Amino acid sequence: MAMTIHLDIVSAEKEIWSGPATMVFAPGEMGELGIAPRHTPLLTRLKAGEVRVRDQRDAEESFFISGGILEIQPHVVTVLADTAIRADDLDEAAALAAKQRAEEAISDQKSDMDYATAKAELAEAAAMVETIKKVRGRR
Amino acid sequence: MSGAKEIRSKIKSIKNTQKITKAMEMVAASKMRKAQDRMTATRPYAEKMRNVICHLSHAHAEIKHPFMIEREIKRVGYIVVTSDRGLCGGLNVNLFKKTLADMIAHDEQGIEIDVVAIGRKAVEYFKRRGANVVAQASHLGDTPHIDELIGTVKVMLDAFAEGDIDALYMVSNDFVNTMTQTATIAKILPVAGPADDQLKHHWDYIYEPDSKEILDSLLMRFVESQVYQGVVENIACEMSARMIAMKSATDNAGDIISDLETMYNKARQAAITQEISEIVAGAAAV
Repeated sequence: MAMTIHLDIVSAEKEIWSGPATMVFAPGEMGELGIAPRHTPLLTRLKAGEVRVRDQRDAEESFFISGGILEIQPHVVTVLADTAIRADDLDEAAALAAKQRAEEAISDQKSDMDYATAKAELAEAAAMVETIKKVRGRR
Repeated sequence: MSGAKEIRSKIKSIKNTQKITKAMEMVAASKMRKAQDRMTATRPYAEKMRNVICHLSHAHAEIKHPFMIEREIKRVGYIVVTSDRGLCGGLNVNLFKKTLADMIAHDEQGIEIDVVAIGRKAVEYFKRRGANVVAQASHLGDTPHIDELIGTVKVMLDAFAEGDIDALYMVSNDFVNTMTQTATIAKILPVAGPADDQLKHHWDYIYEPDSKEILDSLLMRFVESQVYQGVVENIACEMSARMIAMKSATDNAGDIISDLETMYNKARQAAITQEISEIVAGAAAV
């Protein structure tokens, strides 16, 4: 049997995944991380993007997270996400609309929203659209 | 018959009260279910966060974050979480009793105390007692949002970071089950985890990007999530305590009504007996 690592993905609202995985991919702030069992302890912030989980039957599942913190212990991985959604549940239209709104807010200098918030929102929306595309492409 | 009439009006007014308590019981019961769902939904995050922090406190990092260093205690901070409304049995009173005992213990050692009051009851109580309230939040409603708490929590975090306070405690109600809620005092800062033999050996994390930045944001989130969880849990406690309190109030009202009804019947019977004996006596006299 393949070695596994216990993975927990929790968001402030709920627990979204808890169980063994053979491989985990996460969007670390400094770059994409691939986590196999017995990874060295690591602590990093996560960007908005896709967390991929490969389970014991080699099936992959995707989650979208809007950012958060990742902790790795040799046998436990914890993703503390700000918000997490199963990638299949993502709404492409809503994501595109959010992206467009954020772009408008950035170009519109008179808008109340300050630049940093708009930029963060744009990054999140873009990551969401990207995740949807990836999930579609794999099918 | 004047006695009987008085009793009747008393029964009526108690029946009205009973209707109110009954309605409050049912409202609290339905709110409780929702509050419990919310509480169980947010629990994993707070728990996992606690686990991570526990691991972290065992890491042999080259630089210790100020939030993790034990200092000599000269001044402590309390975050006290209560409900906004009353009529929920001894929930808040028990919490205050426990807090006060702990505060007195600190006071005797010459340690000064700062309070952050969350919930209207706490705000009023500590104002009345003349405690040093540095921040307050109330009227959070049944669905508190973390944004509304961040400001008040930040006051304490800043105070801790600047060395104004040397320990931070949170007092809130722990939801055991619908019947029991216990007031608990939990130490939040400096963070310390229980001993774990597995993590005894010398190790440290790899930090990306760098340890200071990530620890800052992690510990900030940790405290926020603990306080948020405390508030959410307190609402579930409040609702179930209110439901129980209102249920016993309704039952008590029922008892009083049945007592009064017996009294009313007796008074009525006595009046009738008296009337009959008067008539009989009158007839005999003729």
